[in-house]
Amino acid sequence: MTPTVANTLSSHPIQLHQLQLDNARALLDHSMVELPSPEDSPKDYLQGVIDGLCELSLKDPLTGLGNRRHFRAIQERTIDGVARSGDPALLLMMDIDHFKKVNDTYGHQAGDQVLQAIAKSIASCVRPMDTVARYGGEEFAVVLPNCHASFGSTVAERIRATIEALAITISPSMTIRVTISVGGAYAPEWIRSTVALWTERADVQLYRAKSEGRNRVCLDHQQEIFVSAEEKNLLFGHLSLGDPAWIESVSGELPANVASSAMQRVN
Amino acid sequence: MSDVLNPPVPDETGSSIPLKPLGKVMAVTSGKGGVGKTFVSANLAAALAKLGHRVLVLDADLGLANLDVVLNLYPKITLHDVFTGKAKLEEAIIRAPGGFSVLLAGSGMVEYSRLTPEVRDDFLRIMSGLVPHYDVVLLDTGAGISDVVLFAVSLASEVLVVATPEPTSLTDAYATIKVLVGQQKRQNIRMVINQTARIGDGRAITVQLQQVLDRFVPTEPGRPIKLIHMGDIPADPAVRQAIMRRQLLMQTTPSCPAAMAISQLALKLEESVISRKH
Repeated sequence: MTPTVANTLSSHPIQLHQLQLDNARALLDHSMVELPSPEDSPKDYLQGVIDGLCELSLKDPLTGLGNRRHFRAIQERTIDGVARSGDPALLLMMDIDHFKKVNDTYGHQAGDQVLQAIAKSIASCVRPMDTVARYGGEEFAVVLPNCHASFGSTVAERIRATIEALAITISPSMTIRVTISVGGAYAPEWIRSTVALWTERADVQLYRAKSEGRNRVCLDHQQEIFVSAEEKNLLFGHLSLGDPAWIESVSGELPANVASSAMQRVN
Repeated sequence: MSDVLNPPVPDETGSSIPLKPLGKVMAVTSGKGGVGKTFVSANLAAALAKLGHRVLVLDADLGLANLDVVLNLYPKITLHDVFTGKAKLEEAIIRAPGGFSVLLAGSGMVEYSRLTPEVRDDFLRIMSGLVPHYDVVLLDTGAGISDVVLFAVSLASEVLVVATPEPTSLTDAYATIKVLVGQQKRQNIRMVINQTARIGDGRAITVQLQQVLDRFVPTEPGRPIKLIHMGDIPADPAVRQAIMRRQLLMQTTPSCPAAMAISQLALKLEESVISRKH
């Protein structure tokens, strides 16, 4: 099919004036996306429109963070990466505590300023390889690939503490402070997960953080299942017991004294 | 068979995971791929059928299992057609050469490997409708420890872990058992060691796994983890021949050492799983 389409395209070049581009152009102008001139190269111009729209479709306009659609794609990619590399990834779901009160007390404009300040603050707490997104109204999410269990609670706590310490200026004479609750779950080496279930696990922890009094971090610890080097050594203890036929090729690589010294630690 | 056509609707609690695993359902799993999980499932099913039991083997790998390849079966109707409403469940259940029934997932099921609550509910509904019609249902699960595998295992009252004496297989079997104990609070896990070189190797490996579990996996008081050694399947050139011919070992060479071992395994399962009251 593809060659036919390509042939059709090349034999019938599209005329820009035949396309309804006004809405797309207005949208891109409004978002201050620079486009190449249609007179210089209609092709580059059209590509610019397409690229600009793609970018807009993945971005949250208020905070400039990725939106939920973008985040989902990142989550899927991360799960694939975990399965391949074996390095666990952490998903954090965060919700501003009592955000409705901010809107009700100071107005929606102040609410927007709070969202922007928090977005910036969360992004400053994580590595460039991590992805921060605005997940919903006052909900943010972060995916941290290659994040080991000991590091996860540190970074989650850093985000929580940074927000707690943040004075947000909502008018020249007024600053306010908010807190966030954080829930997190790992996509670990041994379990190939799905986006839905991974998110569900992190959401459960966020709910727990909320119900335990807010302004706190709750991480899912059940996923810290891995097989340590010591366990592996012991598992292959039978390799040192005699000379089984099935390990001829391995016996040189694993000195018998490693396995047997490990065995002695058990006894 | 009317309740196969109209399986009971799951209870209204909204929970996808059954409160109690289904009786007479045994998940065959391994952690690592390529250790003979599907080979064991299919030939064990044939051995159990020969003992007079009504056996169903279900491709719980949702489209990635090789049950069709092992059995040389290419049905027109699969579980995928049942899920999409194109066929009735009865039409998707086919008779395998070894005298047992098979429910294949079909390649279209790959989309279901993203386990959503809907897929879980559909699967559970189908399973609860099927179980009353068989003496034993074997779930041939996927390789690795995915959520799909864990879900399939959660439906089963019994787990049979297949491993080979290779270090990679043992590590993955160990990791699988660790996850099953941690997440599903499993206590009894049955072991089969495939491709053993000498008599006694399999039991030694099960003992080894048990010792490492005892040392590293904390359990609640009074709820120890128990690995039950169900048998070894010796390395046997006849196995490779049967696989290459895409026939059941139990039919091509029923008296070869590996086939005899599988018959023994069937007898042991009959005694400990099928005849036991649930």
